[in-house]
This record gives sequence, C-alpha cells and structure tokens, in this order.
Amino acid sequence: MKLIERVAAQQSAIVKKWFELVAATYPEDTARFLKSQKDPFANPVGQTTFSGLKAAFTALLEGADAQTQAEALDPIIRIRAVQAFSPGQATVFILALKPIIRETLKKELTGDSAYADLLDLESRIDEMLLIGFDIYLKCRETLFQLKVDLEKNRIYHAFERAGIVTLESEEGATPEPQ
Amino acid sequence: MKDLPKPKDFYSRLMHRPGSTDWMDTPVDIRKGMYCYAANPKSLNILSAPFARDWNPVEEDWKLPENWQQILHEGFKERLERFRSFKVFMDICVRCGACADKCHFFIGTGDPKNMPVLRAELLRSVYRNDFTTFGKILGRVGGARPMTLNVLKEWWYYMFQCSECRRCSVFCPYGIDTAEITIMGRELLNLLGLNIDWIATPVSNCYMTGNHLGIQPHAYKDMLDFFVDDIEEVTGVRVEPSFNRKGADILFITPSGDVFADPGTYTCMGYMMLFHYLREKYGFDITWSTYASEGGNFGFFTSHETMKRLNAKMYAEAKRLGVKWILGGECGHMWRVINQYMDTMNGPADFLEEPVSPITGTKFENAKSTKMVHIAEFTADLIRHGKLELDKSRNNHLKVTYHDSCNPARGMGLLEEPRYVIRNVCNHFYEMPENTIREQTFCCGSGAGLNAGENMELRMAGGLPRANAVKHVHEQHGVNMLACICAIDRAVFPPLMEYWVPEVGVTGLHEMVANALVMPGENKRETDLRGEPLEGMEGDTDE
Repeated sequence: MKLIERVAAQQSAIVKKWFELVAATYPEDTARFLKSQKDPFANPVGQTTFSGLKAAFTALLEGADAQTQAEALDPIIRIRAVQAFSPGQATVFILALKPIIRETLKKELTGDSAYADLLDLESRIDEMLLIGFDIYLKCRETLFQLKVDLEKNRIYHAFERAGIVTLESEEGATPEPQ
Repeated sequence: MKDLPKPKDFYSRLMHRPGSTDWMDTPVDIRKGMYCYAANPKSLNILSAPFARDWNPVEEDWKLPENWQQILHEGFKERLERFRSFKVFMDICVRCGACADKCHFFIGTGDPKNMPVLRAELLRSVYRNDFTTFGKILGRVGGARPMTLNVLKEWWYYMFQCSECRRCSVFCPYGIDTAEITIMGRELLNLLGLNIDWIATPVSNCYMTGNHLGIQPHAYKDMLDFFVDDIEEVTGVRVEPSFNRKGADILFITPSGDVFADPGTYTCMGYMMLFHYLREKYGFDITWSTYASEGGNFGFFTSHETMKRLNAKMYAEAKRLGVKWILGGECGHMWRVINQYMDTMNGPADFLEEPVSPITGTKFENAKSTKMVHIAEFTADLIRHGKLELDKSRNNHLKVTYHDSCNPARGMGLLEEPRYVIRNVCNHFYEMPENTIREQTFCCGSGAGLNAGENMELRMAGGLPRANAVKHVHEQHGVNMLACICAIDRAVFPPLMEYWVPEVGVTGLHEMVANALVMPGENKRETDLRGEPLEGMEGDTDE
C-alpha cells in the first residue's frame, strides 16, 4: 500500500488532530468553545475551520489544483487574517499537518519508498502553505483597501454629488472643498 | 522515528497558545486595527467634557489627571447610587456563563475578555474591591482587584469592543443588560476624557450643527434637492420636500447617514417618494428639518447627560414647528433612545399629540408617550390598509434577506413590520437561520460608535457571525441583497460584505418600497433608484 493510501485511511483521525491543533492556537476558554459548539451559526470560527481543514486535506490527498486548495483554505485564513495573529501564526497551521502525519503513521514509515512518498507529500504541504500565504496577503490587502475606500467614499462621493466638493480623477490627490 | 517530537512541539513559537494565564494576570495588548483613535480635544471642549487633551492609546502615558483613581471611584459611587439597575447588575451575576459565547465580538475575535461576563468582570472586580466588604476582605480570592493603570487600559480597550447590542442579555437568566454595564464603563472613562474620536466628534457636530458630519442647513437641503433631480430622472415625477415648515402635521427625522452616505441615500429617496405619493393621493402633510437633521444619537455612547442633550433637540424642533407628532426614519440606536430612555429623560412630550396615521386612522399605541413612530410600522400599516399601489416585480432582480438591526429588534421589538413590508414589495425573500435573526440577531459588528475606519479588523471579526449567516443564504438561495433598517448597518455592511460575501449588496427597506411604488403620473421605470437597468418590467413575475 502506498503511503498516500495509508494517509487517506487515517483521514478522520488526522483531520481531528489537525483541528485540535488549530483550536489550540486560541486561548484555552476559546478553544474549548470552538471544539464543543457544533452549530455553524453559533460557532462560525470553529465550524468553518473544521470544514475547511477537511476540504484542504481532501484536496491534498487528491493532488487537487491550486484553485481547489485555495477554496478550501480561504474561509479559514480569511478569519485568521482579522484575528490577533501575525502572518506566520495565521498560516502555520498548514505546516502543522506535517508532524501530525508523521506521528500518525510513525509505525508505517519504513523503507525508502515510504520516505520518498513522505517527502513528496510534505512538498505538497509546503506548496499549500504558499497558497495559504497568498490568501492571507489578499485578505490583508482587501482590509487595507476597505480602509482607503471608506475614507474616500464615506463623505466625498456624497458631497460631490451634491456639488459641494469636487473629486479628483482616479489618480488624483485628496479632494479639496470648493 | 521514535524520537520524533510531538506535533505541538513543532513550530512552537508560532503555534503557542496565547493568554493561558488567569485573566487578571493577562495584560492588555492594545492592538492596531482593534481600537479607535482618541477623541479630538476640540470636540471634547465643545461639549465641555473634562480633561480634553491629545493622547494616544498605544503610548504608555495617557496624560491622566493626577487624581484619576479618585475621580473614577467617586464617579463609580455616584452611578451606583443613581442607577439602581447598575448596582443590581454589579451584584447579581452568578457567572453561569450563559452569555459567554453569545457575543459576536467573542465569537469573531476569540478573545475571552470579549465574553460579556468577563467584560463585565473588568468593572465588577473593581466594584468588589472598592464597594463591597466581601471584596475588601477577600481581595483577589473574592474576585476583587484595585484600579490600576493596566486595569484602566483594559477597561478602555474592551468597553470599546462592545457594540451595546444586548444579544448577551437575551440569554442571561437574571436579565442582566450587559450593554448597560458598557454604557456605565464608557461614562466613567469619559470622566477622564477617554472617549474615542468616532464618537466625540459626531457628538460635538451634532450638538453644534445638528448632525454627525456637521453639515449646515443649506447643504442638507442641497443634498435633498439633488435627490429630487435623481428621482425625477428615474420616475419622471418631481417630488417637493418641505423644510422647517411650521404648522405641518408631522415632522420627519432620520439619521443623517441616509442623506449623506450611500447606500442610505437611496433609502432617503425612498422616504421622499413615499411622502410625495401620500401627499398626492391622501393630502399627507410632513416636513423635514434642517436643524433636527440627525436621528442618530452618539451621546448614547458617551453619557446619559450627552444622550439627553442630543435627544432634546428633536423634541425642541417638534415644539418649534408645532407639529402633531414625529415620524422617524430607519435608524438603529435612535430608536433605543426613544423607546427606552426618552420618556424619563426629556418626556413626557405632552405638547405633541398621540400619533394617529392621518391616512388609515391607526393609533400607534406604542408611541403614545414618546409621540414618535417608526417608519417601518407606518408603512406596514399603509400596506395593510391597501393604501399603496405596489409593483413588486420591479424588485424581482433582488433576492433579499433581512438583518434585524439590534436596537429596533431587541430594543423595541420591531420584528414583524419590516418583514411584512419586504414581503409586499419583493417576490424573493429568504430568512437567515433562526439563531441569527429576530431577538437573537447578530450585530453588524460596528454599532455603538465603532464604525470607524482604523478599527477595521475589529469590525470584520465582530461582523463575522452576521456575515456567516448571510453567506449561508447566499449559497443556499442565491441571496444578493441584505436589507436592514439602520443607517449604521447601511454604512458598515458594504465593507463587511465586501470582505466576507462580496456578491451581496446592502439596502434599506424604503429603497425597495420606492422601487415598487407606482407613483401617480410616473414614467415607465427603466432603472431602479441606483440607475441600474430593470429587466422584465412588464408586470410578470418569475415565481
């Protein structure tokens, strides 16, 4: 049996461990809540994280394309991008899959071919990390853009329509009152 | 392989669990993106608020007055004596935890100090220390702690991470209104000049000019005149709003956000079209005021006295104009102030008449004392009596869900009327999951003065539970429009949707009413109020 098949056979155990590790990046009381509340509307962080990890794991096993992997990771990273995490802390959970797989399949990692398979799988995880980091950065860029748009739109567009101020063109500087 | 480290040991620096110390020992970390800028001293001076100064929340020195602890202690004492509810809320919590996971800020940020019980403990711990024998004797064992600079900073950080939405209070078996604890916390912070600018400057503008942005009467009128042109372009009908007209039957007051910020502006056009329709058909007589040009009351987020000052101007204007009663627009906390506090602050408004719809004869019993009627209720009543000609197929391009704005929903029980209106002006309406609407509605994440730009991370995290429910109905039913009856909602949902569910737009109730409203003498509508082309407008529906 190839390593990837063995990993697939352990899917639910691995995803469960993975989720627990992600939950553990939150304070203890919060982690308890994230793990215990199953209602996705009462606990969007916990449930979105769990289903995202599940989808990401499936994508990894199936060797899915970058787009599919991104779709799985996006909801999780979108949340972590607005929480109290540094960029590394927000995305490191992807790398955490490596030691989980190694530990879960410890006994079965014998022989050169198993190690070659492991290296291959771990390379895919590295790739997934980069996909995750792209998502993180896009989320942060969206946040910054929202801040900029807010300042631009909140007052000036409405005032411009009232003829009170004139907005400069796209590349223009801050609008001045007439 | 047997010596492999455990998964948790890998990347330990990055994977480490934060804040695993007891909450009292976890120091406050004032994080960028989570807090709003400090109040501009000029704004505080206009309000004669104490200790106006330049200070920066992330700097060590907050430039506090020397006797700040004494000021807080005396302020706390005074409020415990003045407000029985505050005293009771300090005493009766048994820390059952029912509220703990109900706060959108806790759910979204994952920060335990945003659990309502713990946010309240920030104050209670000092209360126990300063005002209870038990706390004085037992100290920390009894949950008491003295007021220190770190505690003060913690108060400030977390009192401005609560939108006073009261969702937690729905679940409290003792009925503790945790929002009132935040209100008191903020009031105490204001004694030291520790307000945020997004509250202080709108309050100061409101106090001086009449609305949050400080727009003077002529500019306010200009804006509405501009809408007159817009409406004519879409409908061919020229509406004629009247301003500051003495002797009008009714005074209309709405949040200034409806006048100055998209997409609230379309809701504002909706009011204007409705009033015109009613005047043409039934002789409805209403005036706008360029002085009472703000329904919102950020004084509510400052102190009782400030709230009272701002609320008073609406009634002063009603008195000056000699109207019979006041019709209020789609606003959030304006309604909580009216419904819950106005009567004992500035009431009774006995110079006004008990509101009766001049068109249907309906008595608005719930507004008997405040003399102010919510426009959703007013319009629902018109529809119920068949007074509006509506072509709801004009809204067929919308798949609508409805967000119960916290204050009208939990603060005044306005649950059915907006839904009734939506069902009568739209063919496609889908509810979000039960535990996210009506009394259990999730806050927009930016209420109570937190709709600034610099705290965008907080807003996105706090709005996550709401956005998550919107995302669900978007995926299930193709919902593309989020309707609400609050100007803050209309201002803050567009960026929230942009981040979490970019396919969903935001609208007020009366924008949809106006799109469906068949105006006397109108041209065939080719676009909606936003100027977007309408398809299939021949009166046939697709359902």
